[in-house]
Amino acid sequence: MTAFRMPSLGADMDEGTLVEWIKKPGDQLKRGDIIAVVETQKGAIEIEVFHDGVLEAIHVKTGSRVPVGEVLATIRTAEEPESAQPVPPEVVTQKPVYAPPAQVAAPFTPGLKITPAASSRAKELGIDVQSVFPGQDGIIGLKEIEVPSVPAKPKASRGINLDEMRNAIAAAMARSKREIPHYYVSSIIDMTAMMEWLATENARRTVSDRLLAAVPIIKACALGLQQVPELNGHFLDDRPLRIAEVKMGIGIALRGGGLIAPALALPDRLSLTEIMQRLSDLVARVRGGRLRSSELTEATVTLSNLGDNSADMVLPVIYPPQVAIIGVGQIDARPWVVDGTLASRKIATFAVAGDHRANDGRSAARFLRLLGEILQKPEML
Amino acid sequence: MTQDQLVELVKRSLYEVAPDLEAEPLDPKRSFNEQFEFDSMDFLKFITGLHQATGLALPEKDYPHLVSLELAVAYLSEKLPS
Repeated sequence: MTAFRMPSLGADMDEGTLVEWIKKPGDQLKRGDIIAVVETQKGAIEIEVFHDGVLEAIHVKTGSRVPVGEVLATIRTAEEPESAQPVPPEVVTQKPVYAPPAQVAAPFTPGLKITPAASSRAKELGIDVQSVFPGQDGIIGLKEIEVPSVPAKPKASRGINLDEMRNAIAAAMARSKREIPHYYVSSIIDMTAMMEWLATENARRTVSDRLLAAVPIIKACALGLQQVPELNGHFLDDRPLRIAEVKMGIGIALRGGGLIAPALALPDRLSLTEIMQRLSDLVARVRGGRLRSSELTEATVTLSNLGDNSADMVLPVIYPPQVAIIGVGQIDARPWVVDGTLASRKIATFAVAGDHRANDGRSAARFLRLLGEILQKPEML
Repeated sequence: MTQDQLVELVKRSLYEVAPDLEAEPLDPKRSFNEQFEFDSMDFLKFITGLHQATGLALPEKDYPHLVSLELAVAYLSEKLPS
């Protein structure tokens, strides 16, 4: 019998609220199946099982707030015979603290025009929408809810409480800066060839198949990491642990603040079209759906890509227990010397923050050189 | 399509990307990126929505004509048979 416990979904999580059991006692389980949904600081997360077997008993009721490590269920693994005894009655180890947040939308109020964003914001702030004066257009929007007398709080984004998200980021980043001796190495890379190739490629693709610049960058980074494996892995139990497979955490921002970096598995083995599909799916689920537990725990390295119209360089903070993070600034035209001649080229600054307990600046420099070479041959990606 | 129908069409594509913004005030002159913290993925999904609604090819080089409500409506009314 295996105890299935509340997983830790990152350096920042100490408890979660069980909001839904997807499987019921007696159900067959396969490794990777989603067994339950847990509400965390990063929104609702689908929890996967690690064993094949049968769900024997559930010990925690929906709505319960459960600390990390507490037994949620017992699973009879594939090798074990069916128990002769009847399944023990369901044990509730925690009293429900509050009802599961099943409905986010405020109840419908006839005659009242209110935007969904304003409605959920009002609910969050405990404001009675009946007491709010509509704006000039007769509609209550965020502007009307967020009157200056109320202390400024972040906007809610699709069920994620941004205050809690901020707490999660604070916990992880404070731990990172407390424990990890960061070093930083950066290079400017000429992206002209890649951007020209991308424009040609996208011109022959229909809208829905077009690639974002992040896609070849993700693949190039993964290929570079394969050759500099000391940057890919975890630091656990006072020791660096290299991991052969690249699972790249992709920093994805939420509207209104905060970010999540779910793992995109094995981008070095995927085509650019496949990476684009995975990325698109991850962004959609970060902002509006559910992530899976493995996506929050398995990243071996993180990519923080600032994107268009942002800033030239980011020196990012490592997400524990990873040992490196890659920061990419905006791609923009700048004066640049090519073959001894000044030219206008599209360039971007790539920075690596490394954990000095696990690797050295020399490795990061080697990675950046390789990355620069890979990005000059985008057609090979 | 009338001007009003085009405005509706653009708004619908916009709210498909960001349903939480529905009925929020929308400045027709300001870019979506600026108003709603749109990133390149949001913008691509918006363009994909417009493509599916209109059948237009919407090549990348035309993206600068689609960044705000006003520009997008002008672009579509030129490209679509009225």
